[in-house]
Amino acid sequence: MNMHRHFETELDSLKEKLLTMASLAEAAVNRSIRALVERNDELARTVKADDSQLDTLEMEIDELAISLLSKAPLAIDLRLITVAMKISHDLERVGDEATTISRRALELGQEPQLKPYVDIPRMASMGLDMFKEALDAFVNRDPAKARAIIPRDKEVDALNKQLHRELASYMIERPTTITRCLNLMVISKSLERIADHATNVAEEVVYLYEGRDIRHSGKAAAPVTV
Amino acid sequence: MTVSEITLPKFKVDSARPGASAEEHSSRAPLIDLKNLSFYYGRSQALKDISFFIREKVVTAFIGPSGCGKSTLLRCLNRMNDLIDGVRVEGEMRIHGHDINSPEVDVIELRKRVGMVFQRSNPFPKSIHENIAYALRLQGVKDRSEIDGIVENSLRGAALWDEVKDRLHTSALGLSGGQQQRLCIARAIAIKPEIILMDEPASALDPLATAKIEELVLDLKRDYTIVIVTHNMQQAARISDYTAFFYLGELIEYDTTTKIFTNPAKKQTEDYVTGRFG
Amino acid sequence: MNTAQPPAIHPPGRHFRTDGFYAGSFFFTGLTGLATFLILAILAIILGNVVWEGWGSFSWRFLTGGTERDMFSVENAGVLPMILGTAARVILMTIFVIPIGVITAIYLTEYARSGSLWTRFIRGAVNNLAGVPSIVFGLFGLGFFIAFAGQNLDRMFHAGAEPHWGKPAILWASLTLAVMTLPVVIVATEESLKAIPSGLREASLALGATKLETIFKIVLPQALPGIMTGGILAVSRAAGEVAPILFTGAAYYMASLPKSFTDQFMDLGYHVFILSTQSPDIERTRPLLYATVLALLLLTFTLNIVAIFVRARMRRKMRAAH
Repeated sequence: MNMHRHFETELDSLKEKLLTMASLAEAAVNRSIRALVERNDELARTVKADDSQLDTLEMEIDELAISLLSKAPLAIDLRLITVAMKISHDLERVGDEATTISRRALELGQEPQLKPYVDIPRMASMGLDMFKEALDAFVNRDPAKARAIIPRDKEVDALNKQLHRELASYMIERPTTITRCLNLMVISKSLERIADHATNVAEEVVYLYEGRDIRHSGKAAAPVTV
Repeated sequence: MTVSEITLPKFKVDSARPGASAEEHSSRAPLIDLKNLSFYYGRSQALKDISFFIREKVVTAFIGPSGCGKSTLLRCLNRMNDLIDGVRVEGEMRIHGHDINSPEVDVIELRKRVGMVFQRSNPFPKSIHENIAYALRLQGVKDRSEIDGIVENSLRGAALWDEVKDRLHTSALGLSGGQQQRLCIARAIAIKPEIILMDEPASALDPLATAKIEELVLDLKRDYTIVIVTHNMQQAARISDYTAFFYLGELIEYDTTTKIFTNPAKKQTEDYVTGRFG
Repeated sequence: MNTAQPPAIHPPGRHFRTDGFYAGSFFFTGLTGLATFLILAILAIILGNVVWEGWGSFSWRFLTGGTERDMFSVENAGVLPMILGTAARVILMTIFVIPIGVITAIYLTEYARSGSLWTRFIRGAVNNLAGVPSIVFGLFGLGFFIAFAGQNLDRMFHAGAEPHWGKPAILWASLTLAVMTLPVVIVATEESLKAIPSGLREASLALGATKLETIFKIVLPQALPGIMTGGILAVSRAAGEVAPILFTGAAYYMASLPKSFTDQFMDLGYHVFILSTQSPDIERTRPLLYATVLALLLLTFTLNIVAIFVRARMRRKMRAAH
């Protein structure tokens, strides 16, 4: 019989909260982008509510994690708890980015649309895909899948840079578009950050299952056989 | 609250960083070298083909479930097992390259160089002073003032001097459990061993007394090589640099303590340290 | 579990009674109390009888006088030679039995492999020795010490016609008693050695002490009170014994006190026997007989009390350490 039934029940509830947070964060990003594209102010305002739910969940996870740490877990348990705290922080930040996007969407709604949005929804779906896969890797204990996510951050970065250049040329040509361009730049930056958070989560998942810290090492793409 | 105040600073910076302590100690010479060591109590084999080496001036912890052979191995290192009838050792056990199981080794001399602290504190029913003086007289130290000096130094070394300096000539049995255990440590270091073996030295003590012993172990590793058997994983994590995990008489995994407790390589080790045994 | 509970104490299904009265417990408490009372009563009756009958003739003159004039005369006879003889043989016996018993016990607990055939054999021998009737020890003393050892000593060192060694003597009587009380000392010492925590031995050995150093400096000092207990038991047993000294050293009558270990001696216990069987007029000698018994009891008590006092001091000293 497992001597750690109670402890494991609590670990499970930690994981569950994390997944709830993940789906809330994903929904918030989706909604903010839809609000932007469909110029739907009503939708944009609902994002704020999602964010406060995420804030609460983050605090709950921290509290649970601290109480689990006080039981002095070791090895995989120790890694899971510390990783959960970091992932929950990333998810909370994703929620913040969604709020930023929705706020900018509201402002953009005041003026006519500058241009058709192509790159922004693409960036959003890329970032969200990365997120989904990182969380899949987390649930399925698949560090290899998590490793594969990390290089994709570069593509999002590239799109962000490209969009910045494009918007910069708009502003030079027609100074009346500056406000709208700046708002779009902020949105693009937010989406780029969401992809960064997804990368962080992927790195945490690798640490969780391999016990190997791959941050800032440039080894992300090269899985080392254990 | 006071307990956490005392135990918290013990989380050394280097043990929080994977691999850091390994680099720090990799230059340390192996002091105790075990090769294919097997040990039998009569017909039953308590240790199975154990090979690894213990580094100088670090704390090495032996962990594992009861009956895994960790205490047996510890007692091999100063040949305390000789006292038991019908035991047999196979393989090599070298300290500084000398096989300590060879017949020409003087066991008495070996035990003077490899001190031991036991699970249950065992001060002699004599005065505090006499407990240490006895150890010194065994070494042939006769001079009174020399004995007094070493008694003081050993008690200071065991962080006990301030508590007992006014009652050196009262019975050691009047001390608290933690003080008795520190007296036993003082007694062990009085004869200047190279290695100190500790067999669950704090398992019978309260958290505060345990914290003092742990603090002491960290102080002592500057001058001594310490091998400690413990059932308390957090204790091993707090005080040791290397950890060896034993199961059913076999050495399952031996690595830096940080590695063993955050990311053990073997499934059995992970199951044991996370408490998911069986 | 114990299924064979006596029904009176634990009637099945009625192990607990919440209404207060528990018959089994009450009955058993009463039974043990009664047994204790019986023992105390018997002791009191014996002592009371001895004191009652003997006190009249118990005087300083009786204690310090000899038997030169008439050993059966209530007015003239004394018991000093017997007191001295008994005390001497008991003390001499202690000197013989303690070292031999202690060394044997050390061998059995510290050196011999426990459970080996040889150890079991020695233990068996010791236990059998304890069960041998004391008169057999007397005969053994006569046969071994006097006839064998004594006569051989005479052949080697004493050329005269009169035997010097090969006759009853206080030395042989004491040795015989020592052999008889050896099991008591061995068992008591063994128990006290076993009671010393093995941690103390390990502590000493781990400091680089040899086994001998450990035994002499750590183990034996700890065992001293236990050894003393063995001594006390041996003295208690030996002081009142007559049978072992009957053929090995006790004299019916001696004009003077013994001057060497090879002299015979007069003994209180034996004297009681003489007074009760050899007197020309038993009725008249009876007060003298009881007074002698009283003296014997007092001597035994005194020897015990001295030993218990010494042991208590030793324990106190040990507790204070040093």
